Amino acid sequence: MTTVPLLEVRDLQVEFHTRDGVAKAVNGVSYTVEAGQTLAVLGESGSGKSVTAQAVMGILDMPPGRITGGQILYRGQDLLTMSEEQRRKIRGDRIAMIFQDALSSLNPVLSVGYQLAEMFRVHRGMSRRQARARAIELMDRVRIPGARERVNDYPHQFSGGMRQRIMIAMALALEPDLIIADEPTTALDVTVQAQVMDLLAELQREYRMGLILITHDLGVVADVADTIAVMYAGRIVERADVHQLYRRPAHPYTKGLLDSVPRLDHKGGELYAIKGLPPSLTSLPGGCAFSPRCAAATDLCRSQTPAVVPVAPGRVAACHHWKETLDAPAA
Amino acid sequence: MGRYVARRLLQMIPVFIGTTFLVFCMIYVLPGDPVRSLWGDKVPDPAQLAAIRAQLGLDQPLWQQYLDYMGGLLTGDLGTTTVGRPVADEMGRAFPVTIRLAVIAFLFSSVAGITLGVLGGMRRGKYVDTGILIFTMLVISMPVFVLGYVMRHVFATELGWVTPTVQNSEEIGQLLLPGVVLGMLSLAYVARLTRTTVAENLRADFMRTARAKGLPRRRIVRVHLLRNSMIPVVTFLGTDLGALMGGAIVTEGIFNVHGVGRLVYDALVRRESAVVVGTVTVLVLIYLAANLLVDLLYAVLDPRIRYA
Repeated sequence: MTTVPLLEVRDLQVEFHTRDGVAKAVNGVSYTVEAGQTLAVLGESGSGKSVTAQAVMGILDMPPGRITGGQILYRGQDLLTMSEEQRRKIRGDRIAMIFQDALSSLNPVLSVGYQLAEMFRVHRGMSRRQARARAIELMDRVRIPGARERVNDYPHQFSGGMRQRIMIAMALALEPDLIIADEPTTALDVTVQAQVMDLLAELQREYRMGLILITHDLGVVADVADTIAVMYAGRIVERADVHQLYRRPAHPYTKGLLDSVPRLDHKGGELYAIKGLPPSLTSLPGGCAFSPRCAAATDLCRSQTPAVVPVAPGRVAACHHWKETLDAPAA
Repeated sequence: MGRYVARRLLQMIPVFIGTTFLVFCMIYVLPGDPVRSLWGDKVPDPAQLAAIRAQLGLDQPLWQQYLDYMGGLLTGDLGTTTVGRPVADEMGRAFPVTIRLAVIAFLFSSVAGITLGVLGGMRRGKYVDTGILIFTMLVISMPVFVLGYVMRHVFATELGWVTPTVQNSEEIGQLLLPGVVLGMLSLAYVARLTRTTVAENLRADFMRTARAKGLPRRRIVRVHLLRNSMIPVVTFLGTDLGALMGGAIVTEGIFNVHGVGRLVYDALVRRESAVVVGTVTVLVLIYLAANLLVDLLYAVLDPRIRYA
């Protein structure tokens, strides 16, 4: 198959100009998302996963942010070379985003109905009444009880789970091709997390949308993702099919992440944690950025940045010692 | 909502009684004798003096005078001045002038203040912003009479756009410059407040959402940014409207405007208690009404506010 992928990020580079110098938030990230597929982007805070997503959306704060290289291809068209007006029309319409904290991400002084209807009014030129009717349909669609009565309510009048459903409804409004969900369930109760995630997964299947799921929750990822990209210090260190990655990680960082998930059969034992802290993005260490925290690091790791190499069909890793890691027995 | 408004209106009654009584007391303890001053340098006839005192009720104890005054108010009588003119007439002449002046000042300070504030807030740290900050700081730190005389000199004496003093206080055109001077301080505060809230809201998560929705920039600014940023500004403007009415004394003095400030000043000099009490009370009531209006408007602007 040589069809053009829905979204392809190629060697993206993003810098932030801060008081302490230039922070290289994203250093050559590449990934693709196909229609109907879920790509989970995994990583700690500051690993560049949200920045990459914001660059794709075109909502990066510039300045201080700056895209210094790479391409973001939506159906083969580079978003970065488009005019702002062209991009705006894609934003929200073809590519939509769901944010982490729905309470602060929704406008507190506008009713949810207004905020939902805004999508139809701006992108589809609908009248107020038409748009309002569509807003109620949407609220029904994401299973908000009593949508008709609640359409004029304000965000603070909803529970956390319901608010996140409204965020989802807003992203889904125009049936986009791609949804980027930035930690959509992190701010929710565990019980509600599952409901919201199931709803999102169900709607994604129904509309055959591509989904980029940004998270640091390995549990969520295992359930819904097709592929996983693990990010560290602004780079993708490993990208693989979800089953392969869970069974046999090819990068020591991925392995560390998997080992740090609490397990029932190890109850009472000490929790595993990756030693050390992520590096400062203004002064990345030479060689592999993970080497200061890696137990298997050698002189080669400290002097040369490992290239992203294919380790299996459809699977890449950026580690000099991926073979050893891959073959190591599971913990 | 209705109950809330009713309660707030009822609360005005004790405030009304309290203010009138306080002002009454203050006038009473002021040195000087309004009746004696009618004679100027001449030596008054004691019998005549006593007669006028009795006629005006000034020989009564303080509480009696207060009760008489309040009794008069109930029948719509605001009392008379020492020379026998009804206080209602004096106030009826002065208030429209000051209201016009305050409205000019209010419009000027809100429109210009919000515009400057939005400009500064959206270009924080740039030249425009720094310029606005310096300008507002200058205005805030400068006393009104200095600003008033400077502007009068520039616009009346040097440029000749307006007459140095107001000839006819009824004419809107002549009140423009005094109105601008009066509104200048509020403008500085409004600009600074707007700038802060705009800059703050610009970084808010819901602004990022608005951009992610693909809304046009104009809509993002007007609907999402301004709507949120105006909440504290409206509160300030509302209380300011009351303050502008009462704060016009100096400005009215500089430009010879025959408004409330002038009226109170003259009445104070002549110790006309009926005029001072009546005027101050009306000012207090206007202030209270403006505050109530602001609180109600607040609920309209911010749905998170509920009144019970």
